[in-house]
Amino acid sequence: MASKNQLARLTLSVLSATALLATAACGSSSGAAGASASASTDEWSKTGPINYVQGKDTSGYVQGILDKWNALHPDQKVTLVELSESADEQRAAMIKNAESKGASNYDVLSVDVVWTAEFAANGYLAQLPSSLDTSGYLKAAVDSGTYFNKLYAFPSTSDGALLYYRKDLLDAAGLQVPKTWSDMKAACAKIKTTNPSIDCYGGQFQKYEGLTCNFAEMVNSAGGQFLSSDGKPTVNTPQAVAGVQWAVDAFKDGTIPKAALTWKEEESRKAFQDGNLVFLRNWPYVYTLAQKTDGSSKVAGKFGVAPIPGLNGPGVSTLGGHNMGISKYSQNKGTALAFLKWYNSPENQKSNTLANSSAPTWTALYTDPELTSKFAYLPVLKASIDNAQARPKAVKYGDVTLAIQDAAYNALNGTAAPKAAMDDLQTKLQALVK
Amino acid sequence: MTQVATPVIAHLTPEELGALNKPHRDISWWLGRIASAAGMALIVVYCLMPFYWMVISAFRLPTMGQSTDYWPSPASFENFVGVFSPQNNFLRAIVNSLVVSVTTTVLTLVFGIIGAYALARLRFAAKGLVLSIIIGCSMFPGVTLLVPLFKLFTGTYSWFPNWLNQYQAAIIPSLSFGLPLCVWNLTAFFRQLPVELEQAAMVDGCTPGQAFRKIILPLAAPGVFTTAILTFIAVWNEFMIALTFLQSKDMKTATVALSQFTGNLGYNIPYGSIMAAGVITTIPLLILVLFFQRRIVAGLTAGGVK
Amino acid sequence: MAVTTAERTAPVATKRKKNAFSDGQGALAAMLLAPTMLVLLLVAGIPIIMSVTESFFRTNDRIDPQTGLVQTGTNFVGFQNFTDIFAHPATVVGVYGSMDRLVNSFINTTLFTVVCVILETVLGVSMALIMAKAFRGRGLVRASILVPWAIPTIVSAMMWKLIFNTSGVANKVLGLTNNPILWLADNKYSQISIIVADVWKTAPFIGLLTLAGLQTIPAEVYEAARVDGANAWQTFVRITLPMVKPALVVAVLFRTLDTLRMFDLPYGMIGANKYSVETLSMFAYQETMQTRYGPAAAYSIILFFYIVLVAFLFVKLLGADVVGDEELKAVNAQRKRMKALHQQQAKAAGRVRTNVTSGSAAS
Repeated sequence: MASKNQLARLTLSVLSATALLATAACGSSSGAAGASASASTDEWSKTGPINYVQGKDTSGYVQGILDKWNALHPDQKVTLVELSESADEQRAAMIKNAESKGASNYDVLSVDVVWTAEFAANGYLAQLPSSLDTSGYLKAAVDSGTYFNKLYAFPSTSDGALLYYRKDLLDAAGLQVPKTWSDMKAACAKIKTTNPSIDCYGGQFQKYEGLTCNFAEMVNSAGGQFLSSDGKPTVNTPQAVAGVQWAVDAFKDGTIPKAALTWKEEESRKAFQDGNLVFLRNWPYVYTLAQKTDGSSKVAGKFGVAPIPGLNGPGVSTLGGHNMGISKYSQNKGTALAFLKWYNSPENQKSNTLANSSAPTWTALYTDPELTSKFAYLPVLKASIDNAQARPKAVKYGDVTLAIQDAAYNALNGTAAPKAAMDDLQTKLQALVK
Repeated sequence: MTQVATPVIAHLTPEELGALNKPHRDISWWLGRIASAAGMALIVVYCLMPFYWMVISAFRLPTMGQSTDYWPSPASFENFVGVFSPQNNFLRAIVNSLVVSVTTTVLTLVFGIIGAYALARLRFAAKGLVLSIIIGCSMFPGVTLLVPLFKLFTGTYSWFPNWLNQYQAAIIPSLSFGLPLCVWNLTAFFRQLPVELEQAAMVDGCTPGQAFRKIILPLAAPGVFTTAILTFIAVWNEFMIALTFLQSKDMKTATVALSQFTGNLGYNIPYGSIMAAGVITTIPLLILVLFFQRRIVAGLTAGGVK
Repeated sequence: MAVTTAERTAPVATKRKKNAFSDGQGALAAMLLAPTMLVLLLVAGIPIIMSVTESFFRTNDRIDPQTGLVQTGTNFVGFQNFTDIFAHPATVVGVYGSMDRLVNSFINTTLFTVVCVILETVLGVSMALIMAKAFRGRGLVRASILVPWAIPTIVSAMMWKLIFNTSGVANKVLGLTNNPILWLADNKYSQISIIVADVWKTAPFIGLLTLAGLQTIPAEVYEAARVDGANAWQTFVRITLPMVKPALVVAVLFRTLDTLRMFDLPYGMIGANKYSVETLSMFAYQETMQTRYGPAAAYSIILFFYIVLVAFLFVKLLGADVVGDEELKAVNAQRKRMKALHQQQAKAAGRVRTNVTSGSAAS
């Protein structure tokens, strides 16, 4: 197979009359990733300077913690490589690094939970040594870094959806925080009698990864599932379709404003902060910003957080977050592993949470008094994450999420009936997830 | 070559034409004048309104980036201060942009001028082929060339050095979109200069090289100048190449750096500082353009039109 | 090979000796053009050849059921990346109903190009006419016209995103705050917002080039027209337009080629995978993002041929004088004359088509 392949390439190269090409073609010869996927033990003892790669260091926290490490380990310095904030661009840069056999010199990578399967299967990430202890970390987060029962990425941060609600309006109407979608609708109907211009519920329904998260919550919160326990697609079950149907109806009757079809996190946050929404589904980051009293938020001090609602009871959040992996092409895996352990140690998780209001993966931090007094939402978030459902673990996750977004978008804007959209998605997923 | 022989005086500028028209100031003259003023106002409004939105968005409070007030209230410089916070490293990014743009422009001009001169003046067998290759290169969709280029420039192949995070990795690909335009524009420019100029110089004892340097180059200056500005602006505004090849914190160019601005928390898009950085990035170009607008148009007149 | 062609053409060259540098021109030309050609070979030639080669291969994607690992490497698939476009269409629902994703992006590309270039040309020419007529303040207008063009595309994409936001200023100005238009969703309005942003950015450029052309028209031509009693429309159609045509056609051609490759603006403003605004460049880019380099290269090649075809049609139909070389033109003219002669001989009563191209108008 391999030789036939190279022969074909060589023939083409000659046709192109470029001697250079012959070398180029040989650069990507065939071979199984399996052979070299697990690094040998002495590879894990090599030390030296490394690069840590992630999205933007938004608060400047990461550089600070790296300075700390570098002071402790002057001969194993870690340099921060900041990529774009866009997840797609981060993923593309990491793939490029791997496909050029580590040309970018990325050593430790901060990978989104949904990339684990792709990165592990393609041999972009080294399988972490089994000696690594993950007890004490959130089980869902550890599971998100695992592929075929092997750990490829260490839990670093987690994320779960929260329901932000207008406490003032609910109190004024004498209402409880809704646990189901129909409760929520009823609450809105009552609030609208005194606030006719306010919209009921908002989320992230623009066509991007956020739609996958929101849509998955609709399906999961109605008792449906994307994949069965043995990994087969089950998206056109009556439960799943019921969840989609609710979302479609909500758009039709105005429970969710039409504008939400253009919303990402920021646009939906703005709508809530401007006082145009009673309920908002969003990540924990909104909490700090919506509490700002500089005039940018009209709802400061007037809102609360709760777990997201579902069809017949509490809803199921989509699991988010980032894990830390080590590039297969890293030259200093020993340092990389030591840094990975140190970076995610309980005390550093705590300082990270304080600086970035991110969701920690060290379970005990959710009951840490210092943190809970600063971030009142932490217990709710813990409940959300404990109950959360991961997005499908697929090697071709990019195709899977696009198929989900297509189905969701077509259903939500009325191009396709919910059942038809989900049947179509079922067919596509069956081809993609094997 | 009859065109060159026509006296230059015959080309009246519209100002002179206006002066000639002065005697008859009837109703239609006034109407025309009002219509023209209205038309000009319309153009200015059309071109500047969106830019105005960018500027006032930059002058809002950082937390009010998405406000729709027609005037920033309260007005604030905070976004501009924020752009230059050490975390954004924006000053360094501007320096990088300058290095890449200036070097690319100079190289484009040097390569382009001698190439264009050869195409305009020399006669050789493969001229048609060379011209089609140069123009054809600008027809391949650029974004898809980035993957092979990345493999090439990042040391995947032993016969090519690793250029990641080095200026030349952005400069050389940028040359490829500056060069076709430059060669095309300057070839037209050189061609309209009569060959007799060089012949006369050589009769006076100049070598071909001297004739080119002392006679042709000064005459072609307006065209060269316009090409230089066009190239500079194109490279200054370039995004995808810089994003791919200049990744490290100290090597990012201004457009890449500003696209990667973030708020203090994930997901938060700081529209205010992005717009402020946009204004800052655009200002050098605006100064350039305002300063040289007459020359840019002059260069276009002489080159592309013939 | 180069040597033999040089030898073959050498005697012809000496016969048609017409300028000062007739001796050893091949070598000199090679020397002068070497830097340009080397750069183009490095950053366009090699990657294009790599792309073309890539288009005949496909990355392995078989997953080992025991380890879950993907077999690496690529397979030679011949023309399958091209034929699969028709054999296994990836159906998506855009503005035009459900169809193959490539066809959808092809229609978008064509639609954007046609609409944007027409609008830009009309607006640009109007701007140029107004500016040419201007008495005072032309400097100001000329400067402001360059502003849209000087703003980096990535910044202008962010700017328009802010303006076209559902709760943004565009809907406010249009009085649609209560029933907003979703400019940035994935629908026909997103197409409009892209067209508005693109035309805003590039119409001034065409205006500038046309203005440059207008300024070369000698005033006495207009005088003569006025003496002959031509009205404003006649003057515009019979004099202005033909005289600026060479400059305009080249400007429009370059804009067309640019718009056919449109990427940054829809990508920055609306985003990836939005079928209503997905152009061929964007689709090919998305495929490389999914590490399907073979199909991506195939789509790029299709787009390349489409662009070449459009450029060819431009040159043929509108007489765009891109090359502008007298020598080449003379050869072509000779070829045309011979062809015409043959045709005339074939047809007893052949009408002679007078075709004033830019080339003959200029000399």
